[in-house]
Amino acid sequence: MISGNLKKEFENLLGEKNVMGDEVTRMNYAYDAAVLDPVMPALVLRPDSSEQLGAAIRLCGEHGVPATVRGAGTNLSGGTIPYKNGVVILTNAMNKIIEINEVDMYAIVQPGVVTADFAAAVAAKGLFYPPDPGSMKVSTLAGNVAENAGGLRGLKYGVTKDYVMGMDFFDVEGNLIKTGSKTVKGVTGFNVSGLMIASEGCLGVFNEITLKLIPPPRASKCMMAIYDSVAEATESVAAIIAAKIVPCTLEFMDNFTIRAVEDYAKVGLPLDAKALLLIEVDGHPAEVADDAAKVEEICKKYNARDIHVAKDEAEKNKVWEARRAALSALAKLKPTLVLEDATVPRSKIPDMVSGLDVVAAKYGLSIGTFGHAGDGNLHPTILCDRRDEKEWHKVETAVKDIFDLALGMGGTLSGEHGIGIAKAGFMAQEVGEQSLSYFRKIKKAVDPKGILNPGKVIGD
Amino acid sequence: MKDIANLRITLSELDDMLVNCMRCGMCQSVCPVFRDSMLEGDVARGKLVLIDSLAKRMIDSPGEVKDRLDNCLLCGSCEANCPSGVKVMDIFIKARIVLTNYMGLSPAKKAIFRGTLVHPRFFNGLVSMGSKFQGIMTSEADSFLGTSCSKIMSPLIGDRHFMPLAKRPFRKDHSGIDSGKGTANIRVAFYPGCVVDKMLPQVGHAVIKALEHHGCGIYLPKKQACCGIPSLASGDEESAIKLLKQNLKAFSKGNYDVLVTPCATCTSTIKKLWPKIAAQISPEAEKKAQRISDRTMDISEFLVKHFDVDLSAHAASGKKKVVTWHDPCHLKKSIGVSAEPRAILKGLPGYEFVEMNEADYCCGNGGSFNLQHYDTSSRIGSRKRDNIIASGADVVTTGCPACMMQMTDMLSQAHDNVAVKHVIELYADAL
Repeated sequence: MISGNLKKEFENLLGEKNVMGDEVTRMNYAYDAAVLDPVMPALVLRPDSSEQLGAAIRLCGEHGVPATVRGAGTNLSGGTIPYKNGVVILTNAMNKIIEINEVDMYAIVQPGVVTADFAAAVAAKGLFYPPDPGSMKVSTLAGNVAENAGGLRGLKYGVTKDYVMGMDFFDVEGNLIKTGSKTVKGVTGFNVSGLMIASEGCLGVFNEITLKLIPPPRASKCMMAIYDSVAEATESVAAIIAAKIVPCTLEFMDNFTIRAVEDYAKVGLPLDAKALLLIEVDGHPAEVADDAAKVEEICKKYNARDIHVAKDEAEKNKVWEARRAALSALAKLKPTLVLEDATVPRSKIPDMVSGLDVVAAKYGLSIGTFGHAGDGNLHPTILCDRRDEKEWHKVETAVKDIFDLALGMGGTLSGEHGIGIAKAGFMAQEVGEQSLSYFRKIKKAVDPKGILNPGKVIGD
Repeated sequence: MKDIANLRITLSELDDMLVNCMRCGMCQSVCPVFRDSMLEGDVARGKLVLIDSLAKRMIDSPGEVKDRLDNCLLCGSCEANCPSGVKVMDIFIKARIVLTNYMGLSPAKKAIFRGTLVHPRFFNGLVSMGSKFQGIMTSEADSFLGTSCSKIMSPLIGDRHFMPLAKRPFRKDHSGIDSGKGTANIRVAFYPGCVVDKMLPQVGHAVIKALEHHGCGIYLPKKQACCGIPSLASGDEESAIKLLKQNLKAFSKGNYDVLVTPCATCTSTIKKLWPKIAAQISPEAEKKAQRISDRTMDISEFLVKHFDVDLSAHAASGKKKVVTWHDPCHLKKSIGVSAEPRAILKGLPGYEFVEMNEADYCCGNGGSFNLQHYDTSSRIGSRKRDNIIASGADVVTTGCPACMMQMTDMLSQAHDNVAVKHVIELYADAL
């Protein structure tokens, strides 16, 4: 437990109102978006400056207090669920965009800046920050970096890691560590930025992050292709990539999801379609026209029964409305939704989709599958009611089967949601004991007391 | 205080609704109170977790949970944007009722709801006395907006710039109307609502003028009571039931086709909450309330659906005034009305319609929220004020008297020369 004296010290550092220890507030920071049991922290801290953030970490380090840093709490693998008797450190009072540099095309941000706000501020300057995780309206940039968040544009534009140029962060002693630079090239020192990305708060606490910006594409075109066979849809995906076309987005939806979306959003999807693809190409206008024509041709070749090319912005929005509605539509069917993100090499998408059908049938579960087919990152979504113990047990077993399936194809446990607590127990299965032990040695070296978000990624 | 075990059992009845929250946290992007405080306890996800944890014995502080629940505008922005379709408003109102039953109603609220509101005649008498004496206690704050402030009463009302009580409440001039089916062969029941009756009678008169212009028959029964939302928001179901019984009596007869109100909150309460509250009375009462609910419409929605509201042919020459529109949460988010008032505004002679930014962002009033959390309410309100000013409007219109009070307060505090009107006032003026 945290003693009264230590609480007083935190209050001296952060001010009384930024140190919250009442039961109700502690309950409010005991969970995130993962389907896991809550753990109440002992205190909730809200630093509002770099100095306060560093001082809070230093104090945690000195006293061996477990610290979990939290942005918007949208994590899907339990990465922001605190450790027993530890503290939660909120970053949302540090939400300033420090600089958007149009000439050198980078930006410097505080950890708590909301992703969508940042993307909008960047767009207002005529530049582009591509990573667009599903929670971007609320998620924070430090959270995105800590999880290496992806999104719909991953296929062509990459994910968060592709936009991190550098950062400074606090180590467990509260020292500010600088890594990376504002330059396009830079090889000075260890690439610690790379290590910090996807470290899920286990190795340090972000203070300021330097992000790369790019010019926005000048044109784009989007289309929806409808299929009577899942295999033909997924084979189209592989064929598009094989034709050396890289759409900015290439999304898949199975029949279960199509029916749920149509029932909910009434966007005119054919209920009998076995699968559909939503494809967007962008870039130079000439390239866009060329790519779009080729994509259409490939879809036809793989027997798409209907291809609808959006003629204008309004039609384009309508096409994307179907995709945006997918999660909501599925969420409304059952109380509990388990959103998986095991990912496979993209050529394995056809096998993955048929494998998921086998899992759904084996356990008698409802699984809607949609997601980023172009980058092999599908979201099999299991619909259930967590209160039904028998069913929940089946869900847990089915999730293991999905991991086996993905790993068997040379895939990975998580494409973009993180390992957190939920998948920490499966790490060895993917990377092996030796690698896991190496990860633990790194952790031990920089955090000997194990206070930085303990229990996540590499387990306890 | 009653047994906490019973409280937990009663709260558990909400489990089937609570379980639908998947904790995604997307409500953080739309909640005005969260945007102000950035605290999880202020956003729907956080509040739903607290109700759930209290029911499941994970926490033991009903008083603190109630405080968090009360720090909410009931604007419904979260529910309107919830990916899982959680019935947030139903849960919050029910939880407020359960917790108020457990904790007891504050003495002040008891006096207002149980001593005054449920007795409309006494309430009317009290208000009319207040309107005669208010000049003694208050001084003019802004002559353009006609607001007042009060040094003597400031411990009670803070530094609000409030609209004075009407010299003659609406019901003094129209205590009861029953004019058949009219030439349009539509018989319209009219429910003005408390604020229109006592502070904004001109809005009520405008509704009557518009209905008469279009040849509607009007049914305005005498004994109307408050719609009950102030009581429900404070968790006082007992008073809400009493009020509803009076209203069911008045509106179960009259054989009207449509019931209109110029108050977004009343419309939403009648449509969505009356049947649920009536179900606590009896199955017959529920049926009656449902019949009323099915026929209830916002005034703009009614006019646009039944008549041609384009008055632009009447346009006079001269400089046009710029008018903008604020979407009341209880119109747009609760019952999906947002195109209709805009259609009226776009057809007004002498006005040019412009959209303000964030037209559907809550004004921060939230009824009794404004009384209990004036600082938060004002900060949210000043964002609305800034958007109104940025639009360059001469007049800001809306469809809810509570929003009108809030925007008047905000604009008056800043001494902005922007008029605040109900859309129906401009429409009636143009007829």
